[in-house]
Amino acid sequence: MKRNDWILAAGVIAAAVLILCFQIFGSTSGGSAAVSVAVGGEPYGTYSLDEDQAVEINGTNRLIIKDGSARMEWADCPDQLCVGHRGISRSGESIICLPNQVVISVESSQDSGLDGVVR
Amino acid sequence: MKQKNQIRSRTAYFGVFTALALIFSYVETLIPINFGIPGAKLGLANLVIVIVLYKTNWREALLLSAVRIVLAGFIFGNMFSIVYSLAGGLLSLAVMTGIRKNKGFSVIGVSMAGGVSHNIGQLAVAVLVVQTYQVGYYLPVLLIAGLATGALNGVISSGVLKSLRNVNFTDN
Repeated sequence: MKRNDWILAAGVIAAAVLILCFQIFGSTSGGSAAVSVAVGGEPYGTYSLDEDQAVEINGTNRLIIKDGSARMEWADCPDQLCVGHRGISRSGESIICLPNQVVISVESSQDSGLDGVVR
Repeated sequence: MKQKNQIRSRTAYFGVFTALALIFSYVETLIPINFGIPGAKLGLANLVIVIVLYKTNWREALLLSAVRIVLAGFIFGNMFSIVYSLAGGLLSLAVMTGIRKNKGFSVIGVSMAGGVSHNIGQLAVAVLVVQTYQVGYYLPVLLIAGLATGALNGVISSGVLKSLRNVNFTDN
């Protein structure tokens, strides 16, 4: 390992940590949140996280909302990554099914719980 | 006559490297490690790409990378995986070729940069396909994963390259 190797590694790790912090502090929990579904970039529908329901998406995916958390119950794709994804409830979190181009994301109906961020 | 022999030997070596890269792709499908992240793999086939890049030139490595991805895609994957892998593989090779020119980097650094850029390329295609920046949710994990697998491949590559010090694949 030469010196530039270490600089590169440190840079990548720093970038990853920075983005991760941004994601954690940029998202909020609680509040009345909704789940929005998009297929191929086009909005498909928005569903409240507060009421339990099942959403059929184009016959390729089935979304279940239960106890304030949304998860993919079934998908017809071969890799089943979205089905294995844990439930999402916090604003900014998402489940993505690449083969069917389905994106499910939590959107908070209110702004971030933080008043402001000082850097 | 000498030139003809050179082409023959290069063709033979290229065939061997392609077979080796394909075997690594196959071995990778046998490893039952699921990182829980789409697209995160060990990238063992990139080991061969790095070694070819160092022992010959970027043109051979580019051809090998493209041939390997298309063949492995047809055998083990699907059209989707070919598109993702091509984006990752091409970006990765471009970055590795560029960084290699800087003498401050060792094989390990070059391989790490390759692993990270491979994941960035794949993620970029994913963003284009689903038309959402939300795929970026995976970016931090994929950065670290690329760095780790790249470092591992780099350590192995530098060992292999040391053993191949006296072997010449280009016949110059």
